[in-house]
Amino acid sequence: MTDKNASTSRKYLKPPVTEVGVLGWLRENLFNNWFNSLLTILTIYSLFLVIPPLIKWAFVDSLWFSDAAACRDIDGACWSIIPANARFIFFGFFPEDQQWRPLTAMILLLALVLYSQNRRSWNKLLFPIWTAGLFVMGWLMHGGLGLPVVETAKWSGLPLTLMLSLFGMVGAYPLGVLLALGRQSRLPAIKSLCVVYIELIRGVPLISMLFMSSIMFPLFLPEGITIDKVLRAQVAIIIFTAAYIAEVVRGGLQAITKGQYEAADSLGLNYGQAMRLIILPQALKIVIPPTVGILISAFKDTSLVVIIALYDVLKTTKVTLSNPKWMGYSSEAYLFLAVLYFIFCYAMSNYSRKLEKALHTGR
Amino acid sequence: MSNEPKATPDITSSTVPFWRNPEKRGIIFQIAVLLLVLGIGYVLFSNTQANLKRQSIATGFGFLHNEAGFEIGESVIDYSAADTYARALLAGALNTLKVSFIGIILTTLLGVIVGIARLSHNWLVSRLAGGFIEVMQNIPVLLQLFFWYSIFYEAFPAPRQALNPLPGVFLCNRGLIFAVPEAHPAHTPMLWALAAAVVIWWLLARWARKRQDLTGQIFPVVRSGFGLCLLLPALVWLAYGAPTALDIPVLRGFNFLGGMAVTPEFSALLIGLVLYTSAFVAEIVRAGIQSVNRGQIEAAMSIGLRSGQVLHLVVLPQALRVIIPPLTSQMLNLTKNSSLAIAIGFADFVSVANTTINQTGQAIEGVALIMAVYLFFSLSTSFFMNWYNKKMAIVER
Repeated sequence: MTDKNASTSRKYLKPPVTEVGVLGWLRENLFNNWFNSLLTILTIYSLFLVIPPLIKWAFVDSLWFSDAAACRDIDGACWSIIPANARFIFFGFFPEDQQWRPLTAMILLLALVLYSQNRRSWNKLLFPIWTAGLFVMGWLMHGGLGLPVVETAKWSGLPLTLMLSLFGMVGAYPLGVLLALGRQSRLPAIKSLCVVYIELIRGVPLISMLFMSSIMFPLFLPEGITIDKVLRAQVAIIIFTAAYIAEVVRGGLQAITKGQYEAADSLGLNYGQAMRLIILPQALKIVIPPTVGILISAFKDTSLVVIIALYDVLKTTKVTLSNPKWMGYSSEAYLFLAVLYFIFCYAMSNYSRKLEKALHTGR
Repeated sequence: MSNEPKATPDITSSTVPFWRNPEKRGIIFQIAVLLLVLGIGYVLFSNTQANLKRQSIATGFGFLHNEAGFEIGESVIDYSAADTYARALLAGALNTLKVSFIGIILTTLLGVIVGIARLSHNWLVSRLAGGFIEVMQNIPVLLQLFFWYSIFYEAFPAPRQALNPLPGVFLCNRGLIFAVPEAHPAHTPMLWALAAAVVIWWLLARWARKRQDLTGQIFPVVRSGFGLCLLLPALVWLAYGAPTALDIPVLRGFNFLGGMAVTPEFSALLIGLVLYTSAFVAEIVRAGIQSVNRGQIEAAMSIGLRSGQVLHLVVLPQALRVIIPPLTSQMLNLTKNSSLAIAIGFADFVSVANTTINQTGQAIEGVALIMAVYLFFSLSTSFFMNWYNKKMAIVER
């Protein structure tokens, strides 16, 4: 009897409240020794000092949709600067009646990205779909074929940022792969050319490349021929990003075992076939995560075109801020841009992490 | 086996056409590529020559000796508009070095702290560090620079209403102004004493290592080294009669006089670069520490080392091998990103070179100078890296 009682009471004996539930979690994660307890209390205190005034500034005392004059009378954030100038910040100098075109192009881009995000759609159709998509986007931006032509000088705002990064990636990736192959090549002249290119470009800041494109490049062209500014900056971004992609791809090429090269040789494949069918598919798969890292930094780096006076989304924001009506609300405008950039970059890095898990490329 | 394999036909170069011989094909291909590169180079060069002649732009670096005629906001060396371009560029290069040097030290400190915080068992601290890393990594550094600069000139008051967070420290839209010790003859000997302390530290470390190898006894090198670095200058300071006079900034008219002033441009650049780069450094530190096998720590504890010794003797030497190479490339990134100073008006090398280009029109020389200076930084860093990797390479059995 006693035995049975003991066993039932043991059965219903609950763990002490301090070990499970909220209390247990707190004890385990925040107060498990005196040092952590001190750290927790200090952290909570400093958060308490910072967060409430920040919330008061950003949400309680703030205005979201008003004119500039109303903003002068409040202590909080004037978020109104964004909706009031949204058209200019997003589309810049693109003619107002044509702004549906960059908007459509961006929606198309988003749709393409969402479509190819799914790994089931990675098949032979993907490449033609993207090519067609890029052409349609280019047509929408530039015009022709029934649409009025819009000069590249008027391309500005978010479409310019997205376009510089998108075409930067599209152009830099194949060039980077070629450079990586060249650096691994047995031909000394090819190898040294590629090494010099990669090390030279990786050694200098992007801004010097952009300067080169904006002030030095016009000197290279024969008299009478000019290439527009956007295209020159685009080329500089491609040249710059390709060097970084080349280094990443080289890592992938070096990770492929010698046996794979020998197997390809013994099958009688020539260099091109061996690379295309055996080596590159494996090497490029290994380096997907670091490549996405390069693409993220290339996306962030497009903001540097501000310095050579291209009107990307950062520059249109700065122009808005130089308007006397809206002067003095820089923090709000920059925070909004920060959120915008953060969403794009975070989505990319998150996706790369998921992909890394799915492909088991990490060790 | 009736059919004996025929003897392989003697393949000589005469029987194989040259386009089927990989070696000859390689040589032809290389010659073609070289010719192509040289051809493009020649076309660009001759175009440039023609353009320069047509626009009557001077060539060569002769302009370096001309009078610059522009002011530089702040400079480590004495500089005025009457000085030469060469001196202006030197002032710019020193400004780049200054911001990079201070930035690298602060970034390493903050990055290590955040990286360790990310690994903390404290949920709150680890999550905060993670949030910091994500936010800082995913926002362009140029945007961050603009943001901090705008905070300085929009959110901070004019000098008359300057914030005074600590006695002798003022924060206003003219930057950060703080009190410094008044110039005194004791300062130079104190610097020498510090240098002597560092040398003694180095000798001590060598001696301690030798003794440990011989006898197994451990000498507290780090603690005594830091002690020396404090003690020797302090002794010199006392010997000179312990001068305590401070140069306190005072408001005169519309600005502060005296003290040390850090301009808003420099502060914004430093804050932006440090916050951005330290997020990357934190991730490197975290990965480095996690790369040390748990068994190593358990083994170290089981032979009776205290937790400080485990960290110092077992974890750090192995983690540093993983941490140092990417850390150096982040330091280099910080140096290269300091060229963004031009966007907020800090006179770094790129900014001065840009002004030079605008005034002289000699774009090629200007851009070449910029590239040469940064290439010098990168190449010296990679030499250091190769040396370090060789020194730290695991000696396999």
